[in-house]
Amino acid sequence: MSARPGPASWAPGSGPRPGGLPRLLPPGPGQPESLGAHFGRLGHLPYRNAPRQLIPELEAAGLTGRGGAGFPVHRKLAAVASAGGRPVVVGNGAESEPASSKDVALLWLAPHLVLDGLQLTAEAVGARQACLYVHEADHGPLGDRLRQALSERWAAQVDRVPVQLASAPARFLAGQETAMVSLLNGGEAIPSYAPPRVFERGVGGAPTLVQNVETLAHIALIARFGPGWFRQLGTAAEPGSMLCTLHHADGSTQVTEAALGTPLSALLAPDLAPGQNLPPSPAFPAGPANPRRPTSRAQAVLIGGYHGAWLPADRAAHLTLDNAALRAGGGFLGAGVIAALPAGRCGLAETARVVRYLALESAGQCGPCLNGLPRIAGGLAELAGPRPGPQVRADVERWAGLVSGRGACAHPDGSVRFVRSALTVFAAELRQHANGRCPATTTKPFLPLPDPATGHHSNGSRR
Amino acid sequence: MSAQKQLKVNPIACVGHGACAELLPEMISLDEWGYPLLDPRPVPAALERQARRAVGGCPVLALRLARLTQPQPAA
Repeated sequence: MSARPGPASWAPGSGPRPGGLPRLLPPGPGQPESLGAHFGRLGHLPYRNAPRQLIPELEAAGLTGRGGAGFPVHRKLAAVASAGGRPVVVGNGAESEPASSKDVALLWLAPHLVLDGLQLTAEAVGARQACLYVHEADHGPLGDRLRQALSERWAAQVDRVPVQLASAPARFLAGQETAMVSLLNGGEAIPSYAPPRVFERGVGGAPTLVQNVETLAHIALIARFGPGWFRQLGTAAEPGSMLCTLHHADGSTQVTEAALGTPLSALLAPDLAPGQNLPPSPAFPAGPANPRRPTSRAQAVLIGGYHGAWLPADRAAHLTLDNAALRAGGGFLGAGVIAALPAGRCGLAETARVVRYLALESAGQCGPCLNGLPRIAGGLAELAGPRPGPQVRADVERWAGLVSGRGACAHPDGSVRFVRSALTVFAAELRQHANGRCPATTTKPFLPLPDPATGHHSNGSRR
Repeated sequence: MSAQKQLKVNPIACVGHGACAELLPEMISLDEWGYPLLDPRPVPAALERQARRAVGGCPVLALRLARLTQPQPAA
């Protein structure tokens, strides 16, 4: 993470400011917060001393899951609490999206906020077991840090439910809910086919509540400060704040917290410089065909990560950070990955690289995904090269239609969303490639992918 | 009136034998890799017997007739 001042910059030492940001990440330099400092800043863990009490509060807050799917949190909790039997709660911190590092940043900087949320959620659904699922739990600094945090809490007799750490393999689908349950049950971390749903029968056959670690941190704050406080930020339909991983056009990466509804032009200020996205004029007509038309430093913005969508920079500059606005523009928030593709890179080549990775990360269980994604990846590689065959684009579109909606998990659908947006947003590049030209000035890769040698994601927190 | 039924395939179990498309060509075709493409509409009463035969004829029991349901919490 860079120290770039962003929407989340905040004077160190100030207390929790109603309405202020950041809410989740502690103030001051990037040092993990001790249990004493954490409770000193936010107050003690507000147990409700009865199950279900927190659920209507979360409903009033309007909190949705921050792991990507955006499902209403209170509905998931109510489903698990009503499923019968003794539920299990799992905090999912296995952010397997190579371009996302917000969960690792949160776990590193504010582990006790996440662990507070895990305890409160366990109490709300009546669970007596909890688990925290992260990459490299067995070794490496984050696992050590979390073990230290857990023993601090155990010594202080804060936790009522024991928490186990579980290690996620370095695979894209490792954080998928059914894959995670499969791993925790002693199997491989590959998705399974529902039903039964995880909330009915998950870890050890028990009803299982899986919440993203950022969601748990929001729960810990709503339990302290209430739904009204939570709604002081965000939009009426999508309240609160969210962590985002920003990839700026200059190559820097930043984890920041922003209110839902924040203009993307504020989040990506250096990339979508105001005043440069001029409306079309006779001198500079709309469309990328005129190379002399003034453009921002970013030519396109990827929103929602590798299951998300590309948007033209001009359009992104007028959108806000919420699903209602993004859906109209063809995007969605996902887990908050936002990447500003600099001018001079080939969006088709970037997309082809990522789709090749996505194809390799398919669990290979479902026929359409197993057969379709490698073909789509091959087709995109050809489209990203000079003079692709005349049928390639139609083939890619047909294969995209054939894999969509036909997998046990969302991997084919998400991959296809990404591919289709590229074919739309980089239409001008497609035409140029057909004529044997590419507008890019460099072939240096931009979007982060895991290092094939180590499997580690090449993002800021693990570099 | 009996509940409306819809064809569903378990995409993990399905290995593309293609028996279903032979037994119920009115509602099932095969994609270019041999995996079934299901008509998402409710199975008409006139085809229900045939649909049951297709379900029973799947060698890996990947096909089923499911009651049309409400959306559930996302996986």
